[in-house]
Amino acid sequence: MTQLSTLLLGLELAYWQETILRLLGGLVALLLLTGGVVYLYLFKFVSFMQSRLGPMEAGPYGSMQLLAEVGKWLQKEDVFTENSDKVVFGLAPAVVLASTFLLFVVIPAGPTAVVADLGTGIYFVLAMSGISVLGILMAGWASANKYALIGSLRAAGQLIAYELPLVLAVVGVVIQAGSLNLQDIVAAQSGGSIFGIDAIGNPFIFTQIIGFGIFMIAVQAELAQSPFDMPIAESELVSGYHVEYTGIRFLVYFIAEFATAVAFAAVASTLFLGGWAIPEAWGVSESAMHIVGPIVLFTKAIILVGVVFWTRFTLPRFREDQLQALAWKYLIPIALINILITGILKVVV
Amino acid sequence: MTAMTDSQKLQYIAARAADARVNVELETEGMTLNLGPQHPATHGTLRIVARLDGEQVIAAEPVAGYMHRGYEKLAEVRNYAQITTLVNRIDWLGSFANEVPFILAAEQLMEIEAPPRAQWIRTILFEMSRLANIVLFLGDMGVQLGAVTPAFYAFRDREFVLDQIERVTGGRFHPNFDRIGGLKDDLPKGWIADTKSAMDKVRDFCDEIEELFMNAEIFDARMRGVGVIPQDIAMQYGLSGANARASGIDWDLRRDNPIGLVYNELDWKVWTHVDGDSYARFWVRLQEVREATKMIDQLCDGLPSGPIMAKVPRIIKVPEGEAYIATENPLGEMGYYIVSQGGLTPFRVKIRSASFNNVSIVPWILRGVYIPDIISILGSIYFILGDIDR
Repeated sequence: MTQLSTLLLGLELAYWQETILRLLGGLVALLLLTGGVVYLYLFKFVSFMQSRLGPMEAGPYGSMQLLAEVGKWLQKEDVFTENSDKVVFGLAPAVVLASTFLLFVVIPAGPTAVVADLGTGIYFVLAMSGISVLGILMAGWASANKYALIGSLRAAGQLIAYELPLVLAVVGVVIQAGSLNLQDIVAAQSGGSIFGIDAIGNPFIFTQIIGFGIFMIAVQAELAQSPFDMPIAESELVSGYHVEYTGIRFLVYFIAEFATAVAFAAVASTLFLGGWAIPEAWGVSESAMHIVGPIVLFTKAIILVGVVFWTRFTLPRFREDQLQALAWKYLIPIALINILITGILKVVV
Repeated sequence: MTAMTDSQKLQYIAARAADARVNVELETEGMTLNLGPQHPATHGTLRIVARLDGEQVIAAEPVAGYMHRGYEKLAEVRNYAQITTLVNRIDWLGSFANEVPFILAAEQLMEIEAPPRAQWIRTILFEMSRLANIVLFLGDMGVQLGAVTPAFYAFRDREFVLDQIERVTGGRFHPNFDRIGGLKDDLPKGWIADTKSAMDKVRDFCDEIEELFMNAEIFDARMRGVGVIPQDIAMQYGLSGANARASGIDWDLRRDNPIGLVYNELDWKVWTHVDGDSYARFWVRLQEVREATKMIDQLCDGLPSGPIMAKVPRIIKVPEGEAYIATENPLGEMGYYIVSQGGLTPFRVKIRSASFNNVSIVPWILRGVYIPDIISILGSIYFILGDIDR
């Protein structure tokens, strides 16, 4: 892998220096993107949907509102309730945040703009996303609060149930691309062709439209966004597993929630929309892609996050048993059929 | 044998018992969940003690009284004009509707009848308070189900109704406008035309809500067949208002006993639904809002001229006697039983508020449902805390 710092900055760095730079770059990109998504969708888009203005005071059009909110949370007292299991309670947000950050490690944003180009990239993403269940269970149990406990158990049941359609939806893409590596999947899409037309490459959203639908539904559930927000369920469980959290620990949950949304949107755009790449037929040089690639990926990701939030603020919430029925009775069988068809076509065509 | 303290003994026994349980079988035990008194779903301070097995409710008990303000007792030491200020705060979303039955009962005792124009304006304001109340319900149902957006639409469009109420009475929530023998003031200039355009907006809101909720799969899944109240059970628990009509009971005091209000002169319909589930209760209320807007349009068109106040003595002394007047309030039947001994204040006032009876069905209806259904059923039964705890 060519060193990104050499290409962009003309520096010769050791491997560890390069890695630290990549991590820092990834972190900045992640936080900026998350902040942008929160402002764009949670503050403004939703406000316009609900016929109100949203924040207008902090900065032009309220654009500094998020900084004000973060400042507020940082100032708050770090409250531990009396009966809570202090160690587990304190660690739980970190586990959730770690799971989120690990998702970003393998998502490529350019020819070399990736923290770790793992051979089993998508496998790693799906595995890491499963860790957040642990953090949520820890939070729910350690809070010593019945609402938190019910919320975390719901979350565990839901995340495990929807992990399956998520994985199965990805399998179709993997079969078609012939690789688990995300860079290879991107390359397969930008270099491919649909029915002999290669003008837009072959984004898998066309051939894997069922997989894309299932993937987005499962992502909605993995993120615990409405209509699958029973773990939070503010009107019944008050706030679910993070009801006892405040201040910086709540902020961590908040960041994790939205950063995970961005991460899954980036994964979805990598798997189904062609990722950072521009179709090869357009003839953009690879050196330009070092700059254009991240912009392309972030644009796609932000549009997909928009879809997630649009759904979230439109639909009411399922009941717990209806949610499970949706996963086991509909999504998983459909995903399996999708795999079957993809497999047959892969061999035949 | 070494001496053991009592607590050591208890600990030992408990540990042995725990070991024995693990060895025999995996035992699960129920959990008691306190919903409230501070809980977002109870819009106030109703407490529901639910005994749960997992997510399923084994038994639920509503605990009312956290907001009891003693209005019945307070009314005994206030004169009639002051009592309307109190009763405004019973169902705080449809305040004017609380005043009407009280004033009507007092008028009946004094054998006064309000002039026709006052009766018509009373009916307009009565229906407007119904709108102010139920429009919010329609949006709030979305919040109970996890969709936040409709609530904002409801708040937005309720404002048109509240504006009109405010222009007449000077108060958005607590008008305190009804007087024995008539009303405090006449309508302001240009009010009729503005009211009609406000009614158009409310009808648009109904269409919007219908589009958002009706035939939406998730809404159907959460509301249809959930919280079914059969007709006989509804009667046994004394449900009234839309809750009774949603269970197929064709009973509306506006049509069946319209004392002092002019519903008989209007062309309107009482909607009922046979299902008795949460969906039916939502649907009946949606139709009621539409009927109310039509009624207000008709009332505005046919408003007679004349005085708005009958001849009433300067100092109101209600003659000895007793009267009970009930009207069809936004939440159901609301009645005042007034006993007077001829003084400046009533001797006793008994308030029959709709929500208190409607909530009494909670233990029956919540048995065996899941936690999320607690919220949707409570939301669809629709109570106002002030109306439970007077």
